[in-house]
Amino acid sequence: MAARQEHKFKVIGTRPIRHDGVDKVTGRAQYGADIDLAGLLHGKTLRSSHAHANIKSIDTSAAEALSGVKAVITAQDFPNIEPGMAQMGELPVNPQHMSLNCIARDKVLYDGHVVAAVVATSPHIAEEALKLIKVDYEVLPHVQNVMDAMNDDAPILLPGLGKGDDGEPKDTNVANHVQFERGDIAAGFAAAEVIVEREFDTSMVHQGYIEPHNSVAQYSSDGQSTIWVSTQGAFTARDQTAMVLDMPASKIKVVPAEIGGGFGGKIPIYFEPISLILSKKTGKPVKMVMSRAEVLKATGPTPGSHIRVKMGADKDGKITAAEVWMAYEAGGFPGSPVGAGCMTIITPYDIENLKIDGYDVLVNKPKTAAYRAPGSTNAAMGSETVIDELAEKLGIDPLEFRRINGAKEGTAQAAGPKFGRIGYLETVEAAKTSDHFKSELPQVEGRRVGRGVASGFWFNAGFQSSATVAINSDGTANVVTGSIDIGGTRASCAMIAAEVLGLTAEEVHPVVADTESIGHTDMTGGSRVTFATGTAVYDAAQDVLSQLKERAAKSWKVETDQVTFQDGVFTCTTNGNESMTLKELSGKLPRTGGPVMGRASVNPRGVGPAFATHVVDVAVDEETGKVDILRYTAVQDVGTAIHPSYVEGQMQGGVAQGIGWALNEEYVYGDDGRLQNAGFLDYRMPTCLDLPMIETVLVEVPNPGHPVGVRGVGEVPIIPPPAAIANAIYSATGVRMADLPMSPPRLCKAILEKNG
Amino acid sequence: MKKVHVQITLNGEETEFLCEPRQSLLEVLRDVLGYTGTKEGCLTGDCGACSVIMDGRPIDSCLVLGIEAEGKEITTVEGLADGDTLHPLQKKFLEHAALQCGICTPGFLVTSKALLDRNPNPTEHEIRYALAGNLCRCTGYDKIVRAVQDAASQMQGR
Repeated sequence: MAARQEHKFKVIGTRPIRHDGVDKVTGRAQYGADIDLAGLLHGKTLRSSHAHANIKSIDTSAAEALSGVKAVITAQDFPNIEPGMAQMGELPVNPQHMSLNCIARDKVLYDGHVVAAVVATSPHIAEEALKLIKVDYEVLPHVQNVMDAMNDDAPILLPGLGKGDDGEPKDTNVANHVQFERGDIAAGFAAAEVIVEREFDTSMVHQGYIEPHNSVAQYSSDGQSTIWVSTQGAFTARDQTAMVLDMPASKIKVVPAEIGGGFGGKIPIYFEPISLILSKKTGKPVKMVMSRAEVLKATGPTPGSHIRVKMGADKDGKITAAEVWMAYEAGGFPGSPVGAGCMTIITPYDIENLKIDGYDVLVNKPKTAAYRAPGSTNAAMGSETVIDELAEKLGIDPLEFRRINGAKEGTAQAAGPKFGRIGYLETVEAAKTSDHFKSELPQVEGRRVGRGVASGFWFNAGFQSSATVAINSDGTANVVTGSIDIGGTRASCAMIAAEVLGLTAEEVHPVVADTESIGHTDMTGGSRVTFATGTAVYDAAQDVLSQLKERAAKSWKVETDQVTFQDGVFTCTTNGNESMTLKELSGKLPRTGGPVMGRASVNPRGVGPAFATHVVDVAVDEETGKVDILRYTAVQDVGTAIHPSYVEGQMQGGVAQGIGWALNEEYVYGDDGRLQNAGFLDYRMPTCLDLPMIETVLVEVPNPGHPVGVRGVGEVPIIPPPAAIANAIYSATGVRMADLPMSPPRLCKAILEKNG
Repeated sequence: MKKVHVQITLNGEETEFLCEPRQSLLEVLRDVLGYTGTKEGCLTGDCGACSVIMDGRPIDSCLVLGIEAEGKEITTVEGLADGDTLHPLQKKFLEHAALQCGICTPGFLVTSKALLDRNPNPTEHEIRYALAGNLCRCTGYDKIVRAVQDAASQMQGR
């Protein structure tokens, strides 16, 4: 493995018990749905069962008359947000679309689109009242496939979305077209010994967090509002809610509850503004919790796509050209991650001649949201299986093919910027030398077995973070950040502070604050928290340390530069090397100037990209098309691993989601435009019994852009699995699968076709 | 709706409550009795987040009515620890980092306890089979299975 950072860490790289752990194993941790307030009312929403329809009228009178019902609202109770773009953090957003996705005004765009909401004294009464609301719809033809939606005669979701050559608004479902081009692809393909071109269709899939969306809101007559919610970003939820309700953001306080999974799907708002309006109407706190069917029908998901990949390579295995065309389902409103798909699809490789086109296309399905390395997993299904085929045709080992073409420091990405220090080739090498790759393929009676490999790239993100570190009188420290902790970031932030201050992980207490108790912090996403919030914590801890040195100097009556700090001990370099522990000094703070608190706010630019290379063995039942995962190894450049157990956990969890995406998960729509599998029985995510142990190899190439070398780790592990499994299925059966999921019926059909 | 009087043994304590006939045991535990450690993930018995032990068997409390619990012994996640002393499963889940977001953890803990109560020395396959009704979307199950294996070893004094 690559060498660790030169300086030795004391806390970083160890595996302490997470600080929020005991609360989570005893049932004490408070998630959004666990919040209870005096006088609490319960809200429920009425949703469209049509994929595309105009709302002619809504009659709420019978619902309002039901005993126990306190209010019924429709879009008429919300401000009418004007078209236009706004800035949220570094990201452009469309407040009108955000508003219309929370509650439809004139038309519904997908099965599950909210049209009205009821608040009552119990959730059961609210549900009964929903049945009494009469909505008169004019049903419109719907379109749910990107290729159909791009046709000139397709039903139009949002009229005037595009711009014609004359500059006038034009009817189209294509919300955006991105393109990257460099070199000369015709010359590149002409220089190729072999060319492979294939088309792929991937299904819409859901993030699948186990906790449904929730929101508890309290509107106060002085205009101040509080929302308790399981969200990936307290400030993000606050700012979106303020936009949708046309309120100043400062009037809303968001208190982040514990969050039961997000994976990108809990960045958008859904119930926050509705519960707040219901609270304003009734003067009471209002709780709303989604059902699983609502979660699947109307939150998340990540796009299905149509992708065409053409790549050529010369006889030495050097890729000479790549041409990619892809269209992603945006859902009912613009904003699929097709841009990220374009910027990641062939980025692990150094390719001189390339052309990539990406289209963001409206379809009558829920508005898509981020999902772990958004846009990249389905893209890699295309590129990484084509690469496997190129390698095979040239008679080159697929890992060797990746080594020949792999990106390294100085390689230009598809989007232009050159990579800094990255560890892609290190992951390829570590995969090659892994126990798994060197092992014989296991044999399974009555099954065909095969092995596949694939790689993935994800940018990782920086964005804004704030942190404070305060010293307690007993010599411990509190770390306060605004970063929602989904998978152990309280522990990683505390460990970084502990490392700086010479404390143990247990002597640092991490806290996730509400929007009035810490500076602005962007959402937990983009694998950014341990990197960006970790940087803020590191800087705040350094701030504390320099203040503590001043205090030590003051108590010894020397200059600050005569004080050194190592392993939790302050030493005076003059005065006969007097020394004092941090604990001893913390007791002297009141007499040396008062409390010590450090602070930092950052928007760090030194983001370190992540690369992964995976190896998988499968057994295929040719009779049924069922694929069993026999062995799985995930190799990843994780930068410095702060808490290796949680780094491994991110890798294993990403792999499990990738396996589900590869083999089973898909949104199934009927001809009527309605979702047919809005439950966990039919939206089939991997269970314990479907998976083997997932082996991890942590390659640590420190990120020079972070004080202790952190890269993000959470997203890249979801990217390789579908392609790696497709390559393994090919090695087992000789069938090249091009569609996701590679479910038993699809694979069975492909095997039957191949066998004639 | 008229409420019904029900008596159960909850985590070893005699407990009475009034509930509507339509309220599930899950709703009673969370909203009537305030035991919010048991979680709601789907209300259709597919995810196992609401698992509790009823008379020794792991069940989805979303699929049992509150009134059906009359006379039963119910154990929830709140009943696993002995005062301040965590159950070996709770300790091993922490040591093995077998939770990330933690929403499925109460369900996994009580299902694992029900397994080890009747089979103190399960194989990896038996553990995976017993836990197949509990969905976790964060961990890939690897560390959960290891935590249960380790807890079983510890409880066997190995």
